[in-house]
Amino acid sequence: MSSQTPFTIEQFYKFMSEGKVMAAKCRKCGKIHLPPRPICDNCYAQEFSWTEVSGKGKLLTYTIIHVAPPQFQPLVPYPVGIVQLENGLRLPGMISGVAEAQLKAGIELTVDFEACNTNQTWPQWRRYCFKPP
Amino acid sequence: MKGKPLVSIISAGLSKFGKHEGVYTRELFSYAAKEAFDRCPTLNPKQDVKAMFIGHMGEAYEHQGHTGSAAADWSGLLGIPATRTEAACASSGAALRSGIYAVLSGLADIVIVGGVEKMTHRSTAEVTEYLAMASDYPFEQFHGITFPGLFALMATAHMNAYGTTQEQMAKVAVKNHHHACLNPKAHLQKEVTVETVLASKVVAWPLKMYDCSLITDGASCIILAKPELAKKYTDQPVHIIGSGQASDTIGLYQRKSLTSLQSTKLAAKAAYDMAAVNPQDIQVAEVHDCFTYAELMAYEDLGFCPVGKSGQLIDNQETCLGGRLPVNTSGGLKAKGHPVGATGTAQAYEIYLQLTGQADKRQVKDAQTGLTHNVGGSGATATAHIYRSDN
Repeated sequence: MSSQTPFTIEQFYKFMSEGKVMAAKCRKCGKIHLPPRPICDNCYAQEFSWTEVSGKGKLLTYTIIHVAPPQFQPLVPYPVGIVQLENGLRLPGMISGVAEAQLKAGIELTVDFEACNTNQTWPQWRRYCFKPP
Repeated sequence: MKGKPLVSIISAGLSKFGKHEGVYTRELFSYAAKEAFDRCPTLNPKQDVKAMFIGHMGEAYEHQGHTGSAAADWSGLLGIPATRTEAACASSGAALRSGIYAVLSGLADIVIVGGVEKMTHRSTAEVTEYLAMASDYPFEQFHGITFPGLFALMATAHMNAYGTTQEQMAKVAVKNHHHACLNPKAHLQKEVTVETVLASKVVAWPLKMYDCSLITDGASCIILAKPELAKKYTDQPVHIIGSGQASDTIGLYQRKSLTSLQSTKLAAKAAYDMAAVNPQDIQVAEVHDCFTYAELMAYEDLGFCPVGKSGQLIDNQETCLGGRLPVNTSGGLKAKGHPVGATGTAQAYEIYLQLTGQADKRQVKDAQTGLTHNVGGSGATATAHIYRSDN
């Protein structure tokens, strides 16, 4: 554990912009947290190790957004889903490169780290998405 | 304590639900408070009401927070402790729960609990953004996942797991629109057909416009008294005999189940246990139908039918007026409208009318036991309350 890498959501997104899905493993009880958190909700320990998680997974469920908040309106309609990664942990996100007719639960997807930087003042995270492998 | 009144409702008020152009939040709330005071002439509000809890979800609509004191002022109650409760769309379910805490603690014998939201002066895109604030920012809002989107993710999962259809979801809308036609305070009095619902504009597939609750202005309140005092104020008190509230992860993606709400199950179990009542004993219920799918999911989570069978319950019309267990006789969030902060106590208002025989054309005959179910966000909060009348 290093004091330079706090176990926070902010740090999770920093790793994502470096092309890595990083989870926090509790050194006391072994629970893996995605996203990381500073205190383990299972045993209240504060000692973690970073563990890299495969970005490959399967689509659990999806929807296609047609009505969006103002900043996303230019993108509609766009599909979003929840992906179960190979280690069983889940991440939601937009899905790109899959035709609407091909969208169904169970298809294989992988994290696309290059998706886009947002031009907002906060948060300045890179928005990952999911694409076919 | 099981089955005994926790608190008693001695009065209730509801503004007309709909568009209130040019009316500010605190003004809207005063309409609901006035109805509750007028209904109970033996109550001296300034002297008897000792605290207020008011649900209000969003500052964004009017650039206005700190709703408690402003609502107390406009209700003629200045001086009393007045606290805003916020739990997204369950904000006034949480206010109700807080009022029960206050009365049971002995700190206040009579409290007013309610809720309010003024929404219609904003565009649909703005409302979509404000409502999404009740979901997880870093992993949901940030990725363009909207509120209807979250319920659509659950609906898709339920369709895959149990074969639930868009037609079955549409039938919830048809039922609740029909009920709203019998409720003069509902936002919309307009019958719809399954075909209309299915043909309406997609919001977040498989949810279409007519699967979604309405963007509405409205306010609601009920007045709670210590049970021993209730008869002093009304011949027909309605007792709250069970109360439950539970929390779950703010992000949908972190939950074990994508087809049910653990928060609803926990809140309902707590309420049923406290009331010593089974789901089969409920004669009328107001459940959180923010989307048609949410009502189907509530049937299962509240124990009205086995898991996966909610589509059959609506197919068999068991939850329509005249059916085995009428659900959302007010028209629900779907057609009465969903001014989010007002919804929890608006549900309690409907059950109060039903259990005191004041529900007019939508009266459920001889109803004595009722339930309300209020959900915040995509299910990070749920409240459940069980009601009983004396007669």
